[in-house]
Amino acid sequence: MIGGLFIYNHKGEVLISRVYRDDIGKGPFPNCFHKVGCTESYRMRNAVDAFRVNVIHARQQVRSPVTNIARTSFFHVKRSNIWLAAVTKQNVNAAMVFEFLYKMCDVMTAYFGKISEENIKNNFVLIYELLDEILDFGYPQNSETGALKTFITQTGIKSQSKEEQSQITSQVTGQIGWRREGIKYRRNELFLDVLESVNLLMSPQGQVLSAHVSGRVVMKSYLSGMPECKFGMNDKIVIDKQGKGGATEEQSIAIDDCTFHQCVRLSKFDAERSISFIPPDGECELMRYRTTKDIILPFRVIPLVREVGRTKLEVKVVIKSNFKPSLLAQKIEVRIPTPLNTSGVQVICMKGKAKYKASENAIVWKIKRMAGMKESQISAEIELLPTNDKKKWARPPISMNFEVPFAPSGLKVRYLKVFEPKLNYSDHDVIKWVRYIGRSGIYETRC
Amino acid sequence: MEWANQLCENRQFGSKMTDSKYFTTTKKGEIFELKAELNSDKKEKKKEAVKKVIASMTVGKDVSALFPDVVNCMQTDNLELKKLVYLYLMNYAKSQPDMAIMAVNTFVKDCEDANPLIRALAVRTMGCIRVDKITEYLCEPLRKCLKDEDPYVRKTAAVCVAKLHDINAQLVEDQGFLDTLKDLISDSNPMVVANAVAALSEIAESHPNSNLLDLNPQSINKLLTALNECTEWGQIFILDCLANYTPRDDRESQSICERVTPRLSHANSAVVLSAVKVLMKFMEMLPKDLDYYSTLLKKLAPPLVTLLSAEPELQYVALRNINLIVQKRPEILKHEMKVFFVKYNDPIYVKLEKLDIMIRLASQANIAQVLAELKEYATEVDVDFVRKAVRAIGRCAIKVEQSAERCVSTLLDLIQTKVNYVVQEAIVVIKDIFRKYPNKYESVIATLCENLDSLDEPEARAAMIWIVGEYAERIDNADELLESFLEGFHDESTQVQLQLLTAIVKLFLKKPTETQELVQQVLSLATQDSDNPDLRDRGYIYWRLLSTDPVAAKEVVLAEKPLISEETDLIEPTLLEELICHIGTLASVYHKPPSAFVEGSRGVMHKRLPARTGSGESTESPDVGAAGGSAPEAAPSIIPSQGDLLGDLLNLDMAPPTTSGPPPPSTGMQMGGMDLLGGGLDSLMGDESEPLGGDIGGSPAMGAGFGAAPAVMPASLNAPVGGGLGDLFDLGGVGMPMGAYIPPKIVWLPAMKAKGLEISGTFARRAGVIQMELILTNKAMSVMTDFAIQFNRNSFGLAPAGPLQVLTPLGPNQTIEVSLPLSTVGPVMKMDPLNNLQVAVKNNIDVFYFSCQYPISMLFVEDGKMERQVFLATWKDIPNDNESQFQIKDCHLNSDAASSKLQGSNIFTIAKRTVEGQDMLYMSIKLSNGIWVLAELRVQAGNPNYTISLKCRAPEVSQCVFQCYEAVLKN
Repeated sequence: MIGGLFIYNHKGEVLISRVYRDDIGKGPFPNCFHKVGCTESYRMRNAVDAFRVNVIHARQQVRSPVTNIARTSFFHVKRSNIWLAAVTKQNVNAAMVFEFLYKMCDVMTAYFGKISEENIKNNFVLIYELLDEILDFGYPQNSETGALKTFITQTGIKSQSKEEQSQITSQVTGQIGWRREGIKYRRNELFLDVLESVNLLMSPQGQVLSAHVSGRVVMKSYLSGMPECKFGMNDKIVIDKQGKGGATEEQSIAIDDCTFHQCVRLSKFDAERSISFIPPDGECELMRYRTTKDIILPFRVIPLVREVGRTKLEVKVVIKSNFKPSLLAQKIEVRIPTPLNTSGVQVICMKGKAKYKASENAIVWKIKRMAGMKESQISAEIELLPTNDKKKWARPPISMNFEVPFAPSGLKVRYLKVFEPKLNYSDHDVIKWVRYIGRSGIYETRC
Repeated sequence: MEWANQLCENRQFGSKMTDSKYFTTTKKGEIFELKAELNSDKKEKKKEAVKKVIASMTVGKDVSALFPDVVNCMQTDNLELKKLVYLYLMNYAKSQPDMAIMAVNTFVKDCEDANPLIRALAVRTMGCIRVDKITEYLCEPLRKCLKDEDPYVRKTAAVCVAKLHDINAQLVEDQGFLDTLKDLISDSNPMVVANAVAALSEIAESHPNSNLLDLNPQSINKLLTALNECTEWGQIFILDCLANYTPRDDRESQSICERVTPRLSHANSAVVLSAVKVLMKFMEMLPKDLDYYSTLLKKLAPPLVTLLSAEPELQYVALRNINLIVQKRPEILKHEMKVFFVKYNDPIYVKLEKLDIMIRLASQANIAQVLAELKEYATEVDVDFVRKAVRAIGRCAIKVEQSAERCVSTLLDLIQTKVNYVVQEAIVVIKDIFRKYPNKYESVIATLCENLDSLDEPEARAAMIWIVGEYAERIDNADELLESFLEGFHDESTQVQLQLLTAIVKLFLKKPTETQELVQQVLSLATQDSDNPDLRDRGYIYWRLLSTDPVAAKEVVLAEKPLISEETDLIEPTLLEELICHIGTLASVYHKPPSAFVEGSRGVMHKRLPARTGSGESTESPDVGAAGGSAPEAAPSIIPSQGDLLGDLLNLDMAPPTTSGPPPPSTGMQMGGMDLLGGGLDSLMGDESEPLGGDIGGSPAMGAGFGAAPAVMPASLNAPVGGGLGDLFDLGGVGMPMGAYIPPKIVWLPAMKAKGLEISGTFARRAGVIQMELILTNKAMSVMTDFAIQFNRNSFGLAPAGPLQVLTPLGPNQTIEVSLPLSTVGPVMKMDPLNNLQVAVKNNIDVFYFSCQYPISMLFVEDGKMERQVFLATWKDIPNDNESQFQIKDCHLNSDAASSKLQGSNIFTIAKRTVEGQDMLYMSIKLSNGIWVLAELRVQAGNPNYTISLKCRAPEVSQCVFQCYEAVLKN
């Protein structure tokens, strides 16, 4: 299991160090100053230093998120310029270690916002307290922020009554660790966001090389008691199962795969494909899914790059919007890469604003809004400096960003029913809101 | 510590609590000041001081001098302060063991606190204080906490047992904590169960042979129930534990799989991967024709693909695992090629892994797409990635023959880019393509030669030199090219030097007139001026070859090369099996067994996939390709009688076997022993080319030798066989017993009729097993591989009991001896003559047919000795019409010699009668299909002609049986 957890700043200085197991101090680590006869805590520092020297200060780019130095394995993730490293000497479950590191980041963010050096230093006691609670002898324990916040707070520990104490422990260890009892709202309300990111890789000839939508259903609920919820969408398998019954006007979609928040009863989904759960209070990501069939590609990019002699490039890019004319896409941005030896660029665009950004080696074309079934065009002349460089320009793909008010996968929420048998509110009393947002993921066209 | 000196806003002014000021240090007398503050009366001040101490500890300052002062703060009801002090204790207790005892009292007290949070905190911290003196004081509080009413305390105590075990394993065993821990597996709270499982798994790992976890269907059921209810982490612990279980049969395996499958939809990738591990492992046990098996295969693909939308670090872990899964079960992801296409912004480690998997999935169906992608990648920035992409194009060419041409032209395009490392990489792979498809793409050599000067990497230079040498006759200026390399011979790496030496010798053999000087130059460079022994040796060998026998030199140096395999970089099957058992873990990321990177006893245990054991009957034998190293497993199944004895010996288990069944006739046993020796040695040497067994027991010469010594059975024959190899050797040395008759090998399939493949062979019965002994000779010019054999239906249902074991390719003029065990359970059809066998042999060139006749004595089984009474009754019972009489001429054996000789071939003499100087021998024979043949052999002293009468319910066999008598007696 995890032997220790360290947090470093960008210089490689240790901000947090928590050792769970002795074995990780036993080097010998190469490139590390090794004191003879040093104390336990100094030996621990060897592992700390080994990571700094071999990973943070390494000259080349990071070639692997898992590094083995002197039979000690270091797992790391980076958040802005903060490094989180988990260290072990055993054959641990690697996927679990990374999941834990992400979770650790989530928990810290939930407690004090952005993960920055400043915030970590300001909250180091809290972080130690959290680490003590969510990782015991290197085994991850309950790490749901909802539960943690009931007894680990930034303002010191409140003295709790006996009932409160047992409520906390039963929640932390209980079957429904993500929700506490006795929540009350005057108004029962819930918000569902269907957030999709549509990914595309298109060849210069307009052939779709790969396309998929990865979507999330995010639920914000303000419901009293322990509400039992049931979620339904136009999943092809469910609709086909229900048969002819009037579902003909409804388009169904084929979901390749989906994963659920731990509140969802997986065995029930496996058996009946119904999604039932008791939601955590507040926001949670109910479900993630992936589709590859019948995706609505909101934009089509048509590139045309022509080399005119050795010192000039002509680029023409047309974008076409491909959705209902009544809908509006927003925050459209097209990024056209330029060669490293670009000396000057002249751009003309029909709509929006375009700029050559030398520091990013790209022409960035921004359009605030664009309705469906429209077309727009940009053309640019790129002057190049003559170079001796034999290597050809790699021509990175043209990428695009946008936001559209529909789900490119075609997913529709059919219902979200709420039952709370103990309290006197019914499904009809709950105010429900549904919103669809489709964003670009990696939306690239090769040129 | 620069940042530790930063001044931060004072806490009193901000509403936000800030702790960073504790990192501030006043350099001089810091420890002293802290000491004063720690002993302050004010609680707030104390807490501040402890925070400062912890901050110093974090940045690596030694604050162990404050130990007594900090421990003094422990007795407090302020939970926050208590936690801080505990944190300090965990860090420094070991360096101050005597002082640490001061803390014991507080722990004991805290373990009885009314607040479960404090009880848990105490038991959690206690275990982290690794001081031997203290541990025994902690046993009582721990025992209480393991049975605490609050699940939160119990789940913490469960982990504490693992901690204590790490410090003092003996103590944990003596105190009976392991049993308490086992009881917790049945706890009502799922999280307690999960932590108990985690602790037990860890403890069990350091006792590989203890049956600590004691997984049985009942406990598995408990775990599966807890699986549905516990936290994501608990699910991982339970799944990882489940993966160590071996279900009893396929039904149990299936029911566990069914209950684990829902986990594939969990949001936590580690849960998904651990579930995949369990499924991949248990699937091994399911029959392949089961509907559920294919359903399961289909269910595995989507979650694996979904893992690729996780964050890059997890993607990397997933990809390394998918790499293993694709090698083990390529069918799962064969249609998912597109998801492995590289994205421009993927981190390099993800890109490289995706590329690897793309090549593994490349097939004729998707090759066009793959090639287009690879070409795209070859223009990227990262040098490693580009190189790998170029190499991948070469691998595609070798893997998918139809694409080879396109690959070669793509590579040529890339060479035209003149990017140095691309060119070099391309040349290296083109060399491999030449090896795979000789005489096909040589037209590109000219283009390659243009780039000669830009090659600066040894591998590329060596590859180019190989090409020039191999195709020297087609390159006009080959001598000039090679000569140009020769100038800096001593600066080249060994790889290049060796290649250059060989290439010039090749050139000389092809164009001897113009290159005499060159070859002399290189030979002297290699032998006289080099310090490298490999190079010198190779030089001398060539030199001697060339000077003594140029024709032989030509045969050696210009010999046809064996084909290279299609798949490269495959993980060796037993390692792959082990890694499949470690899916999700570091081992699967490193692609190394845990023993390669874990110290001590942990992880030394090698895990293996379970073998298929059906609860229902299924005659299907284990998939040979999938279950690597199946030779020992297959052995018992091809040896129907004496199976356990043989099996034991083959496994080189030297314990004397305790066979309680009726001992088989001694001669047969003898033969068995001898053959075992051969077989055992064979498998020891791991080579089929020179089977020792064949020499000892199988050659016709030996058979003749047996005949020459018509001795009475030596007494030693009754000694127990299998007392060890020594015994076997003894037996071989003492009495040469009668062997079963083995006809000499004859040519069954002449090379003329089979495109150069000549097959001769014979049949033998050894230790109750019918063997078809074949000699395959390759008289063609090309290498032969992929041998397989099949029989047509025949009278006695003879069929190969295993595949034809020709493991290495058969080179030109090579000969290989193979013995093929036969079974008699194949399909039956009456043949004419009865003992005719039609055989089809396939190799990489074609399929060939021939027919041969086997002596029916192969089918005489060892238990063919009939009781006298039964014999008499049967003899009378069989109608006289079924009797046939034959004459055996020119046989000079007396009746006793004949009898013992016949016994070697399982023809048993039941009784002997002498009437008027005529010996009457009554004999019985049993055929493998249960037919009995009774015989009466009349031998007149001084008359070389014997008379034999055969009686059988199936008179058709008589003619064949007679032929056997004749053959046996006359050899």
